[in-house]
Amino acid sequence: MKENIVIIGGGIAGLEAAAQLLDLGYKPIIIEKNDHLGGHVADWNKLFPDMTPANDVVSSLVARAADANIFLNTEISFVNRLNDSYNIMLSNGISIITRIILLATGFSLFDASRKEEYGYGVYDQVITNKDLEHWFNTGDDPRIGDCAMNAVGFVHCVGSRDEKARNSQCSKVCCITAVKQAIELKQMFPESMVYCFYMDLRMFGKKFEDFYISAQRDYGIRFIRGRVSEVSENIDGRVIVKAEDTLSGKPVKVTLDLLVLMAGMVCSPDSTKVANMTSLPLDSDGFLKSRDNIADIIDSPREGIFYAGACTGPKTVPETLAEARAASLKIHLYIKGLEK
Amino acid sequence: MDFGFRISPSSAVNLDNVDLEKFEELHRIEPDVYKCMACGSCSATCPAARFSGMSLRKVILALQRGKEKEALAMMKNCMLCGKCTMVCPRGINTRHLILSICRIYKEETK
Repeated sequence: MKENIVIIGGGIAGLEAAAQLLDLGYKPIIIEKNDHLGGHVADWNKLFPDMTPANDVVSSLVARAADANIFLNTEISFVNRLNDSYNIMLSNGISIITRIILLATGFSLFDASRKEEYGYGVYDQVITNKDLEHWFNTGDDPRIGDCAMNAVGFVHCVGSRDEKARNSQCSKVCCITAVKQAIELKQMFPESMVYCFYMDLRMFGKKFEDFYISAQRDYGIRFIRGRVSEVSENIDGRVIVKAEDTLSGKPVKVTLDLLVLMAGMVCSPDSTKVANMTSLPLDSDGFLKSRDNIADIIDSPREGIFYAGACTGPKTVPETLAEARAASLKIHLYIKGLEK
Repeated sequence: MDFGFRISPSSAVNLDNVDLEKFEELHRIEPDVYKCMACGSCSATCPAARFSGMSLRKVILALQRGKEKEALAMMKNCMLCGKCTMVCPRGINTRHLILSICRIYKEETK
């Protein structure tokens, strides 16, 4: 089968789709801007709710997709629309003519320093969810573990559900990620007090609620319903967090050794860039627009362009993988239709 | 008949008896008032909250539950500094909202 299939993005969506297409007998091309595959999941340590090592998921995907044509450190320079196909020019000088493009460009993590009141990048003891996962993976971060770790806080919804940050969407996975990270820290530092500051907890997925109950009952993690309004630093370099405990109706203040900001998901600039090149519209939530948000989430409004994963909105790992499988089947049937 | 004790009046809010006419008027001028999700950012950052019990989150809720007196007593402590407007994640112009509440519910307080 000679049909070129271009998969933009070598994260879990792109890899799973490539693996499925290889099984169906195609030879897909993966274009990845980084020097490694696996996307955001490759930077993570363990995945909720079963604490599956992220590395196991990524390495099995990479192994299954190994026969695809993979271009690392490569970006899309431009896309030309031809009569019934697209001409994709890559930053390494190669051009590909294809009738099928799968966008698996994923999401970007919200830049937490934009929420100035939380002091990321200003105070040493304020980190993000990604920094914490990096420390779980490498143990290399002077901000964590070297200090007393008597009290740690998590701030939910940083850059999500926030019109000031121009992202009014819920990022969906940060609630459960905060619970997971809180449990992991509590396991490492059993004496520490761990607080989660939340607006609403959205435990929608399989076994998420059990995970949450376990955090409360087995680990004694304290959940405070109130959005953190400001963070400051005291003379010892510890951070002071102010919020309202909305359930008691009283302002609360707590001094912490470490504050973790749960940065949310926003549409990646690379998605927007490719969308512009192929004249794909954005939906009102800032992510790429599907043909239909219920029935045709993996179809773009353009012929021959498909989506998989978080480029159309925040998704969990299993949801992304399921979409990638669906997209590869869709592409298979689309090619069958072209051959008729 | 005096038994020497009395049942204290119910503290339950009876929504059947709540008159929301003024709140509807407020909603017409300030459509964003229904956008409040009670996160408490405004109250946490409010410089008057610690000393006076002012909480815009509670004011908005109290007005919707017909507890106007309670709400207006809290409102008296507002200094209109506008810090709450800066932190509101839903982008509500809280300072403007407070002024509208004062205007609509004014007669009640006299």
